[in-house]
Amino acid sequence: MKAPGGPEVAAGDVLLSVEDVSLAFGGVKAVNDVSFDIRKGEIRAIIGPNGAGKTSMLNIINGFYHPQQGRITFKGETRAKMRPHDAAAGGIARTFQNVALFRGMTSLDNIMAGRTLRMNKNLFWQLLRFGPAMKEEVEHRARVEEIIDFLKIQEIRRTPVGRLPYGLQKRVELGRALAMEPELLLLDEPMAGMNLEEKEDMSRFILDVNDHFGTTVALIEHDMGVVMDLSDRVVVLDHGVKIADGTPDQVKSNQAVIDAYLGVAH
Amino acid sequence: MAFDASALADTFPKLLLRNARLYGARPSMRHKDLGVWQTWTWAEVLEIVRAYATGLHRLGVRRGETVAIVGSNRPKLYWSVMAAQTLGAIPVPVYADAVAQELSFVLAHADVRFALVEDQEQIDKIQSVKDKLPKLEWMIYDESRGLRDYDHSHLRSMEDVIADGRKALAADASLGAWLDAEIAATKGSDPSIILYTSGTTGTSKGVVLTGERSIKAASDTVVFDKLTEKDVALAYLPLAWVGDHYLNYAQGLVSGFCMACPESAETVMSDLREIGPSFYFAPPRTLEVLLTRVMIRMEDAGALKRKMFHYFLGVARRYGERILNGQPVGLAGRLLYGIGNILVYGPLKNTLGFSRVRVAYTAGEAIGPDLFAFYRSIGLNLKQLYGQTEAFLYITAQPDGAIYSDTVGPACPHVDIRIAENGEVLFKSPGMFSGYFKDDAKTAEAMTPDGYVMTGDAGYFDEKTGHLKIIDRAKDVGKLTDGTLFPPKYIENKLKFYPNIREVVAYGDKHDFVTVMINIDLTAVGSWAERNNVVYASYQELAGHRQVYDMIEKHVAETNASLAADKMMAGIQIKRFLILHKELDADDGELTRTQKVRRGFIAERYATLIKALYDGSKEADISTEVTFEDGRKGVISARVKIRDMAVVPAMGQAA
Repeated sequence: MKAPGGPEVAAGDVLLSVEDVSLAFGGVKAVNDVSFDIRKGEIRAIIGPNGAGKTSMLNIINGFYHPQQGRITFKGETRAKMRPHDAAAGGIARTFQNVALFRGMTSLDNIMAGRTLRMNKNLFWQLLRFGPAMKEEVEHRARVEEIIDFLKIQEIRRTPVGRLPYGLQKRVELGRALAMEPELLLLDEPMAGMNLEEKEDMSRFILDVNDHFGTTVALIEHDMGVVMDLSDRVVVLDHGVKIADGTPDQVKSNQAVIDAYLGVAH
Repeated sequence: MAFDASALADTFPKLLLRNARLYGARPSMRHKDLGVWQTWTWAEVLEIVRAYATGLHRLGVRRGETVAIVGSNRPKLYWSVMAAQTLGAIPVPVYADAVAQELSFVLAHADVRFALVEDQEQIDKIQSVKDKLPKLEWMIYDESRGLRDYDHSHLRSMEDVIADGRKALAADASLGAWLDAEIAATKGSDPSIILYTSGTTGTSKGVVLTGERSIKAASDTVVFDKLTEKDVALAYLPLAWVGDHYLNYAQGLVSGFCMACPESAETVMSDLREIGPSFYFAPPRTLEVLLTRVMIRMEDAGALKRKMFHYFLGVARRYGERILNGQPVGLAGRLLYGIGNILVYGPLKNTLGFSRVRVAYTAGEAIGPDLFAFYRSIGLNLKQLYGQTEAFLYITAQPDGAIYSDTVGPACPHVDIRIAENGEVLFKSPGMFSGYFKDDAKTAEAMTPDGYVMTGDAGYFDEKTGHLKIIDRAKDVGKLTDGTLFPPKYIENKLKFYPNIREVVAYGDKHDFVTVMINIDLTAVGSWAERNNVVYASYQELAGHRQVYDMIEKHVAETNASLAADKMMAGIQIKRFLILHKELDADDGELTRTQKVRRGFIAERYATLIKALYDGSKEADISTEVTFEDGRKGVISARVKIRDMAVVPAMGQAA
């Protein structure tokens, strides 16, 4: 489905670009003069040691933080400031480092919540849950069921997410992001705290999402092995500065990256 | 009566034609897809199977050849079986969770050119062993996900094959007549299916079953249990297991009942509740897991509910079984049971999905008397049967009203049973196999000269009830050094009836005394640990915990006491035991795919532990290779403690 607003971007063209962006909290420069782009259809990784500014970067992209300097161009539209709900409406969805779901609600309801932006009937009809609102809900439910099938979480459809193990919560969160039918999916450490099997499952899902829905994915990840296997291109941050950008192989052999990860004698 | 017509139909494709004629508008199959139950009537299934068979024929499937079917219970895979049989080809179902090596053995042994599979997982598995399968030409899949970028020169989706067949049938009217002739040409004496045994005893063998015999056997049990086209069964048992092919596929086609396929293997519990089957089969282990889960949840319930639950379970224990068996029960008892039914048993059965079950069977292993009595006392008509693949399942089954937990019932209609001198059970039955595929030597080995099949099980007819009792595998019955008869399974089953114990392996043959290795049940012991503030980080740590050992020691002591009560068994009391540091697993070859322990293999793998059990050491070190679910291997090491047990003097014997 075409995301509302903005012109179409062909596969391989730049979907989002970040130019000379800087962000400071008081005297601390979290992101310093960083530029990179995300092409449509690719899996783009942002990596770096702790405190490198990865999450800040993600928060800038989806409009949660406003950079003091620089420009962000999404689908050809350049903006200095974007608010999270604009980002969502524009087709950017995300998951969080610490799962942010409605814990008392079932997996199904959580994923349905991801459809909110796509529901057109007003509150009055939705409260009545009758007539056109009912028809609309059925349509959305069908889409949600496709996602449930896709992520293979049928057995936890009716389980409150608070009762689920962490790995499954992460999957539900991914489901909610997918329910928005985003053009750009931002994943903040999708594998954090997972065991090997869960990591492999999650990698499979990310690849499938990219392949099946053609969704562009930008992800932050700690696990180097996972990043190198999954991504098409990698950008490396260290202390808020971009130190490398390229294919996994290029990045792997980059001396600055090796130094940043392994440390150097000063 | 509906099944009269089965006398006319000697193959499953002919039965399908008959069902479409008799029950055309009735549901034949249901499947939950994208959260909604989809239904196909018998007429619709016939149309699909005809199109599918035509499509397969156009790809090259020919009469008499084998076709592999790999996957879980999905309508398209059942239709694959039907479509293959329609063409006179022989379906060979393979367990969906078989590892690549097992899969390649069956596919190579059966000479398949076509593999009809569920999804990418199975295709990847087959492709990883492709060099061992030179004959394999085509793979046809149900679920297209992840397969878009695969080379499709020898890959098709079932949907495309069916669509292709449908188009061809529409374009050429003579094709329909040809297909009718193909169905008419299927012969009841030809092989209808080849079911590979799970391999409890070495490599698996292909059991060839013919259509005529299969249908005869199924007709007998359909009459025995009064199954009709109005019944519903949940098809959740492994497709490649004789149980599924018999209970669901064969009985379904004979009686015309509806088979419901679960959404996925994980959703079986909720699907059961939604479908509310009237015919149900579950191995004892499944029933045990269900009961454990209910009991654990009751522990967390409020005090009032818990009291009510336990009070009415007591009432059920007193009157339930007698009411179910139609025996006289006083008015007060009936009244109490009635109240219990409204307050406890009814809601409980509803939660478990048993509300509409009219006939339920369990088989495969001995069932604990308490477990068996529990289900019967809450009003579930649970019965036992005894059978095997070579018999096309049924050898004995318990008739309504004559149910005992320690017997498997009298011989089924038209089944002839004989007990050999060494105690082995021999039988002749309407559904018995025609031989092992490509293995006449093994076929001859399994039969007596006068045509009885040797089951390999030791048993005897109980004098009181006239029912058959099975004690162990005939070849597993060993002897202690003093000559005492030692049936390991008898001891293992006694211990396994404790909810805290998941698996037991007993040793004693050619030794001075009996020892056991125990696997704790993580659900039950984990919940106990939580309630008793026992802290643990892993299965291994919990298994080695001192308090867990204390608890298991109590169970072993009770088992010894109960063994002592039986004069025959007093000599095989357990002298030493240990708790294993890892769960026995089919992926490591320790269990068969049907979850039976492979005692010999385990003895080799844990040789150091067995040595320690007999040399008097207090603990032993062990490291074992394990296979993870993704196929990688790793090593688990542990130090396992061993405990000594006191032996209870035999009853009525001077100490």
